[in-house]
Amino acid sequence: MADAQAHAQDLEPTALQHQFDSLEQQFDASVLGMWVFLVTEIMFFGGLFMAYIVYRTWYPDSFAAGSHHLDVTLGMTNTMVLIASSLTMALAVWAGQQGNRFRQVLFLGLTLLFGFAFLGIKAYEYWEKFQDHLVPGPNFVWDGPGNPHAVQIFYSLYFAMTGLHALHMVVGAGIMITLLVMAARGRFTRQWSTPLEIGGLYWHFVDIVWIFLFPLLYLIERHV
Amino acid sequence: MDAIDATLPPPVNYLNAQHGIKSWLLTRDHKRIALLYLFGITFFFVLGGIFAALIRLELLTPAGDLMEAETYNKMFTLHGVIMIFFFLIPSIPATLGNFLVPIMIGAKDLAFPRINLLSWYIYMVGGLFTIAVIVLGGVDTGWTFYTPYSTAASNTHVVLTGLGVFITGFSSILTGLNFIVTIHRMRAPGMTWFRLPLFIWSHYATALIMVLGTPVIAITVLLVAAERVLHLGLFDPKLGGDPVLFQHLFWFYSHPAVYIMILPAMGVISELVAAFSRKAIFGYNFVAFASLAIALIGFLVWGHHMFVSSQSVYAGLVFSFLSFLVAIPSAVKVFNWTATMYKGSISFQAPIMYVFGFMGLFLVGGLTGLFLASVGLDVHVHDTYFVVAHFHYIMVGGAIMGFQGGLHYWWPKIFGRKYPEGWAKLAALVIFVGFNLTFFPQFLLGYLGMPRRYYAYPPEFQVLNIMSTAGASVLAIGYLIPAIYFAWSLKYGELAEANPWGAKGLEWTIPSPPPTYNFEETPVITEPPYNYTPEFVASVTAASRPEVELG
Ligand code: HEM
Ligand SMILES: [Cu+2]
Repeated sequence: MADAQAHAQDLEPTALQHQFDSLEQQFDASVLGMWVFLVTEIMFFGGLFMAYIVYRTWYPDSFAAGSHHLDVTLGMTNTMVLIASSLTMALAVWAGQQGNRFRQVLFLGLTLLFGFAFLGIKAYEYWEKFQDHLVPGPNFVWDGPGNPHAVQIFYSLYFAMTGLHALHMVVGAGIMITLLVMAARGRFTRQWSTPLEIGGLYWHFVDIVWIFLFPLLYLIERHV
Repeated sequence: MDAIDATLPPPVNYLNAQHGIKSWLLTRDHKRIALLYLFGITFFFVLGGIFAALIRLELLTPAGDLMEAETYNKMFTLHGVIMIFFFLIPSIPATLGNFLVPIMIGAKDLAFPRINLLSWYIYMVGGLFTIAVIVLGGVDTGWTFYTPYSTAASNTHVVLTGLGVFITGFSSILTGLNFIVTIHRMRAPGMTWFRLPLFIWSHYATALIMVLGTPVIAITVLLVAAERVLHLGLFDPKLGGDPVLFQHLFWFYSHPAVYIMILPAMGVISELVAAFSRKAIFGYNFVAFASLAIALIGFLVWGHHMFVSSQSVYAGLVFSFLSFLVAIPSAVKVFNWTATMYKGSISFQAPIMYVFGFMGLFLVGGLTGLFLASVGLDVHVHDTYFVVAHFHYIMVGGAIMGFQGGLHYWWPKIFGRKYPEGWAKLAALVIFVGFNLTFFPQFLLGYLGMPRRYYAYPPEFQVLNIMSTAGASVLAIGYLIPAIYFAWSLKYGELAEANPWGAKGLEWTIPSPPPTYNFEETPVITEPPYNYTPEFVASVTAASRPEVELG
């Protein structure tokens, strides 16, 4: 997260850093570095997924009951927003390879906008849960079906997983702003747009995490 | 590459290329960062050692007379937390690994020098949290943070300690990431995978564990902290949660973590065995793949810590079997080292003494590990001093012996000065004796039924405990001697030539200490590793082998 930013800074434009022999080597190293970083991210979320699997198996009914209190429309909207942002991100990377400054700025701007839209909707959902006393902790109240302890565990996992995801979105927005500034200054050329590429990898990863979170949290036992 | 460069240190090297504290704190040179880490881990080793001394003092007598039970709990917790997370995990990789990985593959630096420096700062910030815990009154959960004690009962600084562990975890992740990318992408022309020194293979395997395992402990301690503050119920049976889930998550990292500690030491041993036998490592491919096998199978055995934690019998048997399996690649390594030394002309100097120490103690540690991995026996010795003895044989007898052997071997390369050989041999001997005197009695104590983590014990255990405490004093002296002569050698040690041991390996082809960018021009590799041809051996034996040869 913070490392991803440090990572982005590690890549001064075009200039070859002292430890590398060629630009190609430098590019390969950066991309591999980002992939390895994403693997650590998978393991990081993995602990939470493990806890989710255990407790959903233990408490299927309470998890369904808790899940039914989530707003599927908002969740679905957010899923669409993120998929759209993945598209614009991919277009921004493509614009980087073309060396087209206007398109880079345009698509990065759109990506950033979608990112903010997602965070806004998420914040609204959190606020609703707060109103309904569904934030785990001393103020948690549950009088619906299911075991209140188990529903609290569901909401703990909901907040932990989506919260961690939202944190990654915030970091991602920071990266987008950095990239936007760099693009506006014309730093990305046909020869060199490494930060765009690895920033893109990061963004897609964060989107994919959501693609897993959405059905697991929002769609339990909701067959039509 | 064959020629031995016997010239004196070049006037400009990485140590004196720049001056001032700022040039160290802002450095991106992997060699300087290695020394920053050396400073950090030495500090924490001393701190952890002080807690060990207090534990052993309390256990001198059966009654709990030196400190309260609560204080004792804090002593072994702080000892464990510091030794594991702030000393042993970063020890070899962040110091010798940082220094040697780029040099051994013919690179000018690691792939991401800034991230390397960042990792040291993250480590130090995590360390500050731990020091804050000590100042504020300590923590008493054991380094294992078992729930629900840690989340619902303990009234010590669990959250702060957890944050410290969480933060340092990222330094470990970043080091692992840097090593993986460096080894994949920065090898010099001709440095194929099977020409890599075995030190590199073992660091590659270590890096895999760091990258795959550490995030899991990070999220786990974060959940413990959240649970403690908000009472979410995740690990609290009263609130519907499962404390055993915590144990699974914890050991999913913490078993592989012991391979983070031992694999780099195995890498050191491989280098030392080759250098002091003047032979290629017997069965190079087996040793290389054994490192990967240990790293991968090591992820599948965590349940052997939970035989008595309500794990199902079937799970217990599978974990038991897999634990036996992971012993095979370790044994392969020991066989191959022994086979390498067989009929080699071994020169008997301090580093090789540590190799022998490692092999003997690791063997005992490993074999007793098999005892513990047998479900039936573990029920008897679980949570007794038998376990404490076992893991100290691995961690102190294995990992630290390897670390010290490596430190002696590469010391002339790192600082350009030699350490006094006589004192070094003496220290190695004192450490070996002190170590066995400290920890062997603990096997007996455990087998007789003395539980761990208690500040008092029945009087019939006293003789063995006195032996253990006496041994700890000998061990402390053994660690003190190198601290003194290493410091002395920095100023007064004999100047080291480029290849004082007459060893193969890229690090011995460049001056001691190396220049900032290691190589004047990127080397081109044309020969297999450990290519001790008769001509090479003859040329170095004439030049630099004053010592007696055993053979
Ligand atoms: C060098 C001299 C050392 C001595 C005399 C020593 C002594 C002890 C003793 C007596 C205990 C048991 C406390 C108890 O369970 O009642 C202990 C626990 C432990 N030691 Fe050491 N130790 C030493 C070095 C180390 C080192 C270098 C490491 C790791 C790198 C280490 C890691 C641990 C761990 C992880 C525990 C378990 C703590 C717990 O039970 O939570 N020790 N040590
Ligand atoms: Cu284990």
